[in-house]
Amino acid sequence: MTILVKPSGSPPEKLQPTGWLKYLSFSLDHKVIGLQYLVCGFLFYLIGGSLAGAIRVELISPLSDFMPREVYNQVLTLHGTIMIFLWIVPVVNGAFGNYLIPFYVGARDMAFPRLNAVAFWLIPPSGLMLITSYFINGAAQSGWTAYPPLSITTPAAGQIIWILSVLLLGGSSIFGGINFIATILKLRRPGLKLMQLPMYCWAMLGTSILVVLSTPVLAGTLILLSFDIVAHTGFFNPSLGGNVIVYQHLFWFYSHPAVYIMVLPAFGLVSEILPIHSRKPLFGYTTMVFSIMGIVVLGLVVWAHHMFTSGTPPWMRLFFTIATAFIAVPTGIKFFNWVATLWGGKIALNPAMLFSCGFIINFVLGGITGVALAQVPFDVHVHDTYFVVAHFHYIVYGGSVFVIFSSIYHWFPKFTGKMLNENLGRFHFIITFIGFNLCFAPQHWLGLNGMPRRVAEYDPQFQLINQLSSVGALLMALSTLPFLWNILQSILYGDDAGDNPWNALTPEWLTSSPPPVENWEGEAPLVLEPYGYGEKHLNKTQEEKK
Amino acid sequence: MTSIVPKEQSSDSKKDLSTEEHEDFRLFGLIAFLIADGMTFAGFFAAYLTFKAVNPIGPDAIYELELPLPTLNTVLLLVSSFTFHRAGKFLEKNESKQCQKWLLITGALGVAFLISQMFEYFTLPFGLTDNLFASTFYALTGFHGLHVTLGSIMIMIIWWQTRIPSGRVNNENKFPFEAVELYWHFVDGIWVVLFIILYLL
Repeated sequence: MTILVKPSGSPPEKLQPTGWLKYLSFSLDHKVIGLQYLVCGFLFYLIGGSLAGAIRVELISPLSDFMPREVYNQVLTLHGTIMIFLWIVPVVNGAFGNYLIPFYVGARDMAFPRLNAVAFWLIPPSGLMLITSYFINGAAQSGWTAYPPLSITTPAAGQIIWILSVLLLGGSSIFGGINFIATILKLRRPGLKLMQLPMYCWAMLGTSILVVLSTPVLAGTLILLSFDIVAHTGFFNPSLGGNVIVYQHLFWFYSHPAVYIMVLPAFGLVSEILPIHSRKPLFGYTTMVFSIMGIVVLGLVVWAHHMFTSGTPPWMRLFFTIATAFIAVPTGIKFFNWVATLWGGKIALNPAMLFSCGFIINFVLGGITGVALAQVPFDVHVHDTYFVVAHFHYIVYGGSVFVIFSSIYHWFPKFTGKMLNENLGRFHFIITFIGFNLCFAPQHWLGLNGMPRRVAEYDPQFQLINQLSSVGALLMALSTLPFLWNILQSILYGDDAGDNPWNALTPEWLTSSPPPVENWEGEAPLVLEPYGYGEKHLNKTQEEKK
Repeated sequence: MTSIVPKEQSSDSKKDLSTEEHEDFRLFGLIAFLIADGMTFAGFFAAYLTFKAVNPIGPDAIYELELPLPTLNTVLLLVSSFTFHRAGKFLEKNESKQCQKWLLITGALGVAFLISQMFEYFTLPFGLTDNLFASTFYALTGFHGLHVTLGSIMIMIIWWQTRIPSGRVNNENKFPFEAVELYWHFVDGIWVVLFIILYLL
């Protein structure tokens, strides 16, 4: 059965706001929604970053003198929740996914445009709700994991608001995931096969499968937790006969895949950026596809490696250690494919490329500590220390956030039709890279020597290293300034980018910058080889066209 | 082989862009949503089974659940799935009167299920916070009951919308009907699993 759809949605075009006002409207255009996600996510990144700054200021001295312990706990909870649920997940999935996926599949919009807009507009209210909970009897204090019994015994108001906010964000994420699956599988331009899609489509397909399968479990768990807090049931309350370990299992069944929800789209984005700026085809397309799907399958069965110190039985430890170690195989394949893509290429050292290379370096370091953490004897030693903090910041900041910056530098000309200042971008990269490594590399040492995480006070012997780390955090904070200046300056006075400043072959560059409402003036181009750089027949056809 | 087919060569370039025809994949989206919803139940079931396996409750807190009422509930829901299917057959044949009759029966069965469930709640010897088993029992059946409530409301909306002549759901616009039907079968299926796990195991 076929249906007729008006791609631009029901409000007549005359009634839709134009200019910058459309970014504040319930627009159904996937490009507007993508930029809404990006800007909204970046605002939350600034808030979450300020909270991180507050944490690093507190940790300059061993005593909790900058803020009381309860406030420190609230700040670290808000920092984690904002960075994960309001910055990285919405931006690597929602922002770039919404902007790019319809181009890549040759469609004029997402499969369900109205659901798409609903998914975005759930985010700002829940984010604001989460932040305002700080001013109502204090925010949640139990970290982004909200482990009971801590989350049951700390003040209830903040924790309940936290739960509601995460439930709304989870719903938004599920709606987005359904939309991406339908768009990639069902809305492809006729004649375009799955194995001809750009790699980011595969990454988003894998991510969306993870979102649809695992996020509902977190929702159910949080509903049970809210029963424990409000109705005083005993699901996770040992004093009422409940079981805290069940919460941990259910929580990590979502939250380990959440790591892949944050980093798989980043893999996809890097796979788009590297071939364009090194003028070479993406190395090992098929192995990339299979390794993404391998990560999806394995990612669902490794959750208990977060729980090695929670009294897990030996057979479970063994299983989850082995399963986790196996994830290194597909991830390693991807890493070597990226290196092979760069190998012998005509590399342009522009900010997009630099941030992507920074991603590769940081991600390998984070990956190696990840494999180390999967080994039970080592994990028992460093569990809940700063080693873990260093590890996952190498993955989510050194990995995902570096890719977000790389993607902004890469697609900014498409978003706005203006070029960014490259030298300012390189400066931004250097400060970010130095600041990031200065901030988090020493934390490995802190963790190995036993400094626990999530505590406002620490042993004075760690002071010097902590101060070093705080200097790194300051550099990271400062690095945002040249970036913001660059964006503002370029939007106002930047050079015109033209339609295809990178001479790229992927479909989003084969239209004007910024693209028209329906993506292409005429028929969507059929791109069968999105990575055909440096091949002779291509140059020939392009000459023929001229 | 060229990688980019230029605009001029593609077959149907002169197409009206204000409307676009493509396959209807709204049911596909609904199935994806139902998989997600099913995962919520899967999480609840996993929690219940784990509680049962590792948190043995004291002998004073073990209740033998009465089976007649939940068995009646199972029958009610299974029959309602059948009647819904029946209504769909009549919708295809454009016999709206018959379709509406069977939809009304389906909705009535749904409401009867809810009343019977409510009756069971009032006769049970335990409350929500009595012990772990009681809490899980109410959480599982309550979450399912929420689904039945929403389903019954949607069936009533569909019933109203299949009326002649001004109803919006008919043989040409079948999607709302199909969507609610799929959802209703899903809720039934979940109940069967829930019945086996909660009452029979």
